[in-house]
Amino acid sequence: MNAYIHSTESFGAVDGPGVRFVIFFQGCPMRCQYCHNPDTWNMQGGDVRDAASLIEEYEHNRPFYKNGGITVTGGEPLLQIDFLLELFRLAKEKDIHTCIDTSGVTYHPGDSAYNRKLDELMTMTDLVMLDIKHMDPAAHKKLTGHDNEGILAFARYLDEKQIPIWIRHVVVPGVTDDEDALFRLGWFIGGLSHVKALDVLPYHVMGVAKYKELGIPYPLDGVKPATKEQAAHAKQIILNAYRQARQEQK
Amino acid sequence: MQKQYPYEGWRGFEGGTWVREINIRSFIRHNYTPYDGDEAFLEGPTQDTLDLWAQVMDLTRQEREAGGVLDMDTKIISTITSHGPGYLNKDKEKIVGFQTDKPFKRAMMPYGGIRMAEKACADNGYTIDPQVKEFFTVHRKTHNAGVFDAYTPEMRACRSSHIITGLPDAYGRGRIIGDYRRVALYGVDRLIEDKQEQKIRTRSAMYSDVIRDREELSEQIRALEDLKKMAASYGYDISKPATNTKEAIQWLYFGYLAAVKEQNGAAMSLGRTSTFLDIYAERDLKEGTFTERELQELVDHFIMKLRLIKFARTPEYNALFSGDPQWVTESIGGVGICGRHFVTKMSYRYLHTLHNLGPAPEPNLTVLWSVNLPENFKRFCAKTSIETSSVQYENDDLMRFTHGDDYAIACCVSSMRIGKEMQFFGARANLAKCLLYAINGGVDEISGKQVGPQYRPITSEYLDYDEVMARYDDMMRWLAGVYVNTLNIIHYMHDKYCYEKIQMALHDKKVTRWFATGIAGLSVVADSLSAIKYAKVKVIRDEKGLAVDYEVEGDFPKYGNDDDRVDDIAYDIVHRFMEHVRKNHTYRDSIPTTSILTITSNVVYGKNTGSTPDGRKRGEAFAPGANPMHRRDTHGAVASMASVAKLPFIDAQDGISNTFSIIPGALGKDTQVFVGDIDVDIDCGMGACNAPTLFEGLDDDDE
Repeated sequence: MNAYIHSTESFGAVDGPGVRFVIFFQGCPMRCQYCHNPDTWNMQGGDVRDAASLIEEYEHNRPFYKNGGITVTGGEPLLQIDFLLELFRLAKEKDIHTCIDTSGVTYHPGDSAYNRKLDELMTMTDLVMLDIKHMDPAAHKKLTGHDNEGILAFARYLDEKQIPIWIRHVVVPGVTDDEDALFRLGWFIGGLSHVKALDVLPYHVMGVAKYKELGIPYPLDGVKPATKEQAAHAKQIILNAYRQARQEQK
Repeated sequence: MQKQYPYEGWRGFEGGTWVREINIRSFIRHNYTPYDGDEAFLEGPTQDTLDLWAQVMDLTRQEREAGGVLDMDTKIISTITSHGPGYLNKDKEKIVGFQTDKPFKRAMMPYGGIRMAEKACADNGYTIDPQVKEFFTVHRKTHNAGVFDAYTPEMRACRSSHIITGLPDAYGRGRIIGDYRRVALYGVDRLIEDKQEQKIRTRSAMYSDVIRDREELSEQIRALEDLKKMAASYGYDISKPATNTKEAIQWLYFGYLAAVKEQNGAAMSLGRTSTFLDIYAERDLKEGTFTERELQELVDHFIMKLRLIKFARTPEYNALFSGDPQWVTESIGGVGICGRHFVTKMSYRYLHTLHNLGPAPEPNLTVLWSVNLPENFKRFCAKTSIETSSVQYENDDLMRFTHGDDYAIACCVSSMRIGKEMQFFGARANLAKCLLYAINGGVDEISGKQVGPQYRPITSEYLDYDEVMARYDDMMRWLAGVYVNTLNIIHYMHDKYCYEKIQMALHDKKVTRWFATGIAGLSVVADSLSAIKYAKVKVIRDEKGLAVDYEVEGDFPKYGNDDDRVDDIAYDIVHRFMEHVRKNHTYRDSIPTTSILTITSNVVYGKNTGSTPDGRKRGEAFAPGANPMHRRDTHGAVASMASVAKLPFIDAQDGISNTFSIIPGALGKDTQVFVGDIDVDIDCGMGACNAPTLFEGLDDDDE
């Protein structure tokens, strides 16, 4: 089976544990205002690759990935779930650690056909990095063009499946650093039992050049990058809420 | 049972072969204490350290303001004993000794070549004493003069067209590491005895090699006597073994200092001293002689001295090496043949100087990396790298296989067994230019002169891979021949007129000599041949029919993307060139090897090379060392490194370098090196992630 792949990165050090082989999938339904990979939006762009060739590329340099594995990201990798099933099956045959970096946008509790596939995929998934962009439904819609209801349901679904989760959140000044929403984010993930790490990232503007190249107006034009301090502050708020939630559940 | 030794300095040490013969490796293996703990024991700088460093920073500023050189000898010819003692602040310095009678004053070393010494003075606004000039022009020959007496016209032509370049024919070749540890462990008297015995035992039929041996041994013995005198001028008697850490560092440093008083070499590396010295430190901690704070102070002061090694050099020299490097390389860590790692507390103390004194390129602290280094040390290295960008890494698992477990790095990558192996440094042959010579029938693409042999040039409009390869192979055979023979002259003359007396005195009698050649432009050649093979390359010729530019039609596999189609070409080129090198006679029974390691001079080589069939334009820089060409590796660092890793180390034992920069943010979050560590907060129930180490992933098994 083939997939549309934007590119591969042989040395991913921030996309899961260890040094990882990172596969960027083509295609994403979200239009996050701060997206720094607009070149992966298009469903049909990139190269057509088959799963075996990707595994082969990984195996070729396996010693480098001793404590790492494969991370699929994008774009939205879960859009091409049939391909992922094959890819992860091959990966598990070789005992490779698998990680999905996703927005969770493809999940709908009622979509039983899709969810059967997801159930199967989760049996072969070692880690999910879930990007929760905003807790406020309206703000989320404005920021990404989509509701966050399914995304939060996806987090609970992962928790039920006992999949280790790393939560990611990008701090965009004036857009996603609302203290109330941050607190609610912490409270929400405090209700989950399999969150292993929290990664709060300061918003950066390195994607701007790509928008120019693609001729797309940049939605956050004029918004300054977040400072490390802003990110640390946001993280603290999330953690405080997380702790409170954990306490109350004891 | 406590052993009885003839020396106070050996008290409490475990015996072994080292007692009966000069053998540092045996001493280390019987006495060192591996350390698996973390960096928590380390101490910050003392007030004296801070004061001295402030003084150094002030002098550095003055030197910069003076245009790069603060003071320079114009009359005194530097020898081991030419200068009286020099100090920063005698009361505060725990480790003493400068190359001249004061810090920041550069010595004059004309034995490599008087013109270079004269020019180094003139370019910095000083005038060499006319008597010195006359002496070294009329009465005493230099290495440089000797070389030019023997060069053939062909060698001179290759030199001026830069197809062979950077040759150590007018400056000191360097790259020799004396086993400075011997001075500390045995004391100089024992070393002199050993050399005297070697001299007695030479063969009695006076063939020229025996005569040379006897003359060199006499020189070595004299140098050792001078070493004692120099130390005595600082108030130390180093005839007997050092008795504690302070003395051990001081004795060892005097040995090194003698070398840098005598030689202005292209690389004056220190060796592998930290684990050796740790044995003294452990004994002193046990005996209560020094506290941890005092030990760190000694190391800080030692490293400070190494940072202040300076040579008189010309702007051209500095352009070639991109700066004014001394290559005071110190190798740290590594693993023993038996599998026990060599990390000690002293390994940490050395790296910790980068915090106590701040980051610095010298001494070039080099970690001999192995999968089997202790986890804590790996983390400490990674942390130090991120904070200071001042640590070099080398693959111990690869080098241990050929050089055993007591080797050190000279310059940036050249490995040699300390005190047992030395190398003849041989700069580089420009293989990219050689490819252009193959296309143009030996005519230089820039000067238009016939430099190489007048083979038939390629006349077709488009280049054919098989035709180019056949011509290229012929041209490489020719180049290897001229190159090796040029180096034969250079090293003969260097031994004759600029012999490294003290460094060789700190070697065994039987020394293995590596005949180091080098390759520049490997990735240019690999990509060019790949373009010829997988795309179409059209030749642009000037009015005389000389190929001066190329047009590439279509895409082609590029070296640096883990693509065997082109990586195999790179492998093949290294192997072929080395085979051609091996066919030649090499001076003094030396063993030929090669390196792919230009770290800085790639810019100069590129400047002197015409356009190449890979699309690189005339004058554009080559990639450094074995690196892929800039921006042509598009699959990330692992793929890029995988291409480099395919090169045959057995053909390029003198080293393969890959210069790799990455923004720290791409390696991990802030100072947390390891991604798995992200905010692990046990109290609130977040379980610790399986914290993987970043660098373990880089431990590529030897393929």
